[in-house]
Amino acid sequence: MAFLSVIVGLPIAALIAASTHTGTSGGFWHVVSSTEATAALKLTLGVAALVALTNAVTGTLIAWVLVRDDFRGKAIVNGVIDLPFALPTIVAGLVVLALYGPRSPIGVNIAFTRTAIFGVLLFVTVPFVVRTVQPVLHELDTEMEEAARSLGANGFTVFRRIVLPNILPGILSGVTMAFARAIGEIGAIVIISGNLPYKTEVASVFIFLRIQSGDQAGAAAVAVVLLAISFAILLTVGGIRRLATRYERV
Amino acid sequence: MSRSRIGLRLAALGYLSLILLGPLAMLFYRAFAHGVSGAWTALNDKDTIHAFKVTLEAACIAVPLNTLFGILCGLAIVRGNFRGKGLINAFVDLPLALSPVVVGVSLFLLYGRTGWFGHWLIGNNVQVLFALPSIVLATIFVSLPFVAREVVPTLREIGQEQEQAAYTLGASGWQTFWRITLPSIRWAVIYGVVLTTARCLGEYGAVAVVSGSIQGKTETATLRVQEEYENLNYAGAYGISLALALIAVLVLVAMTFLKPHEKAA
Repeated sequence: MAFLSVIVGLPIAALIAASTHTGTSGGFWHVVSSTEATAALKLTLGVAALVALTNAVTGTLIAWVLVRDDFRGKAIVNGVIDLPFALPTIVAGLVVLALYGPRSPIGVNIAFTRTAIFGVLLFVTVPFVVRTVQPVLHELDTEMEEAARSLGANGFTVFRRIVLPNILPGILSGVTMAFARAIGEIGAIVIISGNLPYKTEVASVFIFLRIQSGDQAGAAAVAVVLLAISFAILLTVGGIRRLATRYERV
Repeated sequence: MSRSRIGLRLAALGYLSLILLGPLAMLFYRAFAHGVSGAWTALNDKDTIHAFKVTLEAACIAVPLNTLFGILCGLAIVRGNFRGKGLINAFVDLPLALSPVVVGVSLFLLYGRTGWFGHWLIGNNVQVLFALPSIVLATIFVSLPFVAREVVPTLREIGQEQEQAAYTLGASGWQTFWRITLPSIRWAVIYGVVLTTARCLGEYGAVAVVSGSIQGKTETATLRVQEEYENLNYAGAYGISLALALIAVLVLVAMTFLKPHEKAA
């Protein structure tokens, strides 16, 4: 446990302490409410929310296709889903840039735009919802669905009334983790976004540039905001997990 | 029904090719744009080789430490009963939800010139920031949870009956762990080690803050990708990326083979 406090506890404590110091850029609120920091935080939260919502739909769709459908090469597709977990994020950024960047072979150039940030975050968050929904869907008995169908419910009604309530905790915890990842991501974004202040500068890059230019107080202040968001996310995931196990017991 | 099923299948595969598969295919195309020899020359660069060495060194220290910690922590969370258990549980998960940049900044503030340890470190002439120790610390932090996260559910599932049986037959705590507990969680440990390794090799954000990315000194493989890209040396950037991607594919294959084992254990 000493290991945990030295590796994790001490640095975090140092960060919180530093954020309360009044450095060159004034106090904590002064930095966080400065227009550049606010713009970066707003952009980060907005894009992350959009990424999380998109994943709720696409992740559920992919999980459904992987469990209920059958086609050639399904095992390969299933394996590829995990690739964003294994691939260094800086490579993810470069890879997206290779297809949708300035030298794009299909003539689509989204480099240095907010669309690019959105796209590359979709790349790195693909596995989250798929991997939390897939096992639940796998264990879900199809008998209930068949019963509903024989009673005259159409495909959409069956999904909404029978399948969705069962996989909802899975979707929610996947979405929350994807949101956390999108908030904190830097490697994938740093190459592709251009990091233009007020336009494509996300919070993590803002922190990075501040620390490089020697503004420790500024970096620490925004870093503490991200830290608080992370704690909130962990609490949410814990809550969802408890909710899910309570359903199971009933 | 079958028409809507095919529609859903096409939608899912279409999304995946647009977001995931298309870009990945382009990586191979770009890396070999100048042939195999071009990609090889790009990799056979003094600073690039050094960058891979730094990454490997950090991983070689971080992976065993985190494996040991992961097993101990898993045992403490599942078997232990003490105050502050919930707190440990939360802190172990923190690196999963926290931005690597925040990790980097925290280490920077702790070991930097004006940090808590800064004064002592300068006095004793110990270099942590912009040197290997900080890279190792950052790598350990970000890859901390993976072994513990895999071990915890497995420990819960196997229960304590066998361990208690061993105890009553006179086995010591160490013997019980070595002969009973470890063999039954070994696949979970191996799976966790694979994930930890992947995370160590791919770390960028935290290391970018603390290492200073000094070429030929503290530059890791992922930092080298950025450096090459910013110097407009695309062959180099895509070459290193391809090498890292191939490692990722190996990790993926290992994961696929280990998963059934983990469920059986």
